Amino acid sequence: MTEPAKPIIQIQNVTKRFGRVAAVDNVSLDILAGEFFVLLGPSGCGKTTLLRMIAGFELPTEGTILIDGQDMAGIPPNKRPVNMVFQSYAVFPHMSVADNVAYGLKIAGVKGGEVKARVAEALDLVKLGGFEDRMPDQMSGGQRQRVALARSLIMRPKVLLLDEPLSALDAKLRAQMQFELAELQDQVGITFVTVTHDQDEALSMASRIAVINKGEVAQLAGPSDLYEYPANRFVADFVGSVNIFEGKLTLDEPDRAAVDCPGLGKVYLNHGVTGPHGADVWVALRPEKIYLHVPGEGKAVRAAAQDAPDGHNFARGCIKGMSYLGDITLYDILLESGARLRVSRPNLSRHDQEDFTWDDKVSMHWRADSPVVLLG
Amino acid sequence: MALFARTPRAPLEYSRTLWMRAWVGLVMLFLYAPLIVLMIFSFNDSKRNVVWRGFTTKYYEKALGNDVLVEALVNSLTIAALATIASLILGAVAAVMLWRFRFPLKGAVDGTISLPIIVPEICMGVAFLIFFAKWLEWPTDLIWPFNLGAIVIAHITFCFPFVTMVVRSRLASFNREQEEAAKDLGAGEWAVFRDVLIPHMKPALVAGALLSFTLSLDDFVITYFTSGPDTITFPVKVYSMVRFSVTPEVNAASTLLIILTIVLTAVALKLQGVKAIAETH
Repeated sequence: MTEPAKPIIQIQNVTKRFGRVAAVDNVSLDILAGEFFVLLGPSGCGKTTLLRMIAGFELPTEGTILIDGQDMAGIPPNKRPVNMVFQSYAVFPHMSVADNVAYGLKIAGVKGGEVKARVAEALDLVKLGGFEDRMPDQMSGGQRQRVALARSLIMRPKVLLLDEPLSALDAKLRAQMQFELAELQDQVGITFVTVTHDQDEALSMASRIAVINKGEVAQLAGPSDLYEYPANRFVADFVGSVNIFEGKLTLDEPDRAAVDCPGLGKVYLNHGVTGPHGADVWVALRPEKIYLHVPGEGKAVRAAAQDAPDGHNFARGCIKGMSYLGDITLYDILLESGARLRVSRPNLSRHDQEDFTWDDKVSMHWRADSPVVLLG
Repeated sequence: MALFARTPRAPLEYSRTLWMRAWVGLVMLFLYAPLIVLMIFSFNDSKRNVVWRGFTTKYYEKALGNDVLVEALVNSLTIAALATIASLILGAVAAVMLWRFRFPLKGAVDGTISLPIIVPEICMGVAFLIFFAKWLEWPTDLIWPFNLGAIVIAHITFCFPFVTMVVRSRLASFNREQEEAAKDLGAGEWAVFRDVLIPHMKPALVAGALLSFTLSLDDFVITYFTSGPDTITFPVKVYSMVRFSVTPEVNAASTLLIILTIVLTAVALKLQGVKAIAETH
């Protein structure tokens, strides 16, 4: 199982310009064989353009794309060892499911008996066994997507590209397909490269995620690293929800650091950040990592003091907004400094959401390993 | 109680109002009454064909025994078939070209391609007359079916823009991702055209063929100007018969033509599915 991962796709200094606009701006990244790679970013960030360049539907203005070590320059889409599942699925409406799935093999000149066996195998893989004679207009969106998946997988590509594969499905089906796609990838062992704007989708399926912003890679990391150690404000804000405060770095040693934020107060960290002393930095604090305490504030102060010096990692405020989401409750808190703070709180017991209400005075604390200091 | 048992009319359920039903009935009457009268009187046992004098089918025998009329019908069907095939190919290729490619003067081509639809038929007729007779000196003494050449060319000219129009509007709804999907699965340009684009265009091609065939079959003005002295088509022949008198023979011939058209349309609709053709318009 633990063979050394080699890059199956190498994107080297690739730039794509449409007119004067650079949709993809000097991107370099390696996608490893067998991984589930996700390109994540807001709409218009260039992630789809990047995917289409791998498939061969767009040509890079500059730079090189290698697939399995082979330079793809001048190789048309129909000769590349990759297959794509399109956002609209692009299932051929005039062909039955079996004909759709068999199309690539027929073009490749594979003979009847083998085609039939492989179609059955591919349909079983996507749990559509027995649907051979259906026409696409007799199927649901989710089923059509499976046809598109089978149609690509039957080609045994080195890489399967998926363009926003789950965006057209309803929420329940999407959650189910997230698991199924990950399972399928595990089963066939093909490298999957997926484009999405949905961070939940990316976090749940990916082995690694490249966050793309304005044509550049903002960060490349595994899901938990991306969430817990964002490299910059864009990633922190785009992946998950976050509170970001501007501040000055007042202390920076190998095992501790402190930031003075006018909005949030004094923030203490139990690790160093290696930033220039006195520099302007940003502190990112996730809503779920903040503990709410009922007034009296003694408990909050004591809790904060457990791993931080006095007066650090502690704030006071007033609840200005609440939204009950079932599993958690979100609070919008007006801090004494006038800044706003989003806090989420799990509803561990049935009556937890009744603990706080509008205009309640509350105090908060967070642990010294929770805040992230961002330099950019 | 019956009055109260009726479910009340929904706001947009106009088909249940009396005036709307009367209106639809009148429209139907105006549309089809002449045709139905024509068909009924083709069985009229009278030379003058003004008053009903009893049922007979002898005028059908007479029409089918009229060599000139049959020859005209065969000519018309041949012309229509040839013009349809040529218009289909020419029109579809033009539509794909205008949809798919960018080339110099595309705007001009796009604008002028439908000109034959707009230009008054009489002008087209005169133009063809001058073009073939005076300018090209097209020979008029060729053997069948080559003597129909001039008419076929003229018919193609006004038929193929219709095919282009219908096919283009169909192409506008084509999902380019299907083309990319086919390429992604290994298909070359030709395979994409054959396996994806043509199946998508099919309903429009059927509709275009129907249009071309019927337009060609009943064209009078342009044909009248382009036919040589010895070539005669069905509408032209009927016109010359009517000049003497409207006998039931003319009715019988027309009825046959109507039935032929209806059968062809029904076959085409059956082949393609009514919905798909309706979608192209």
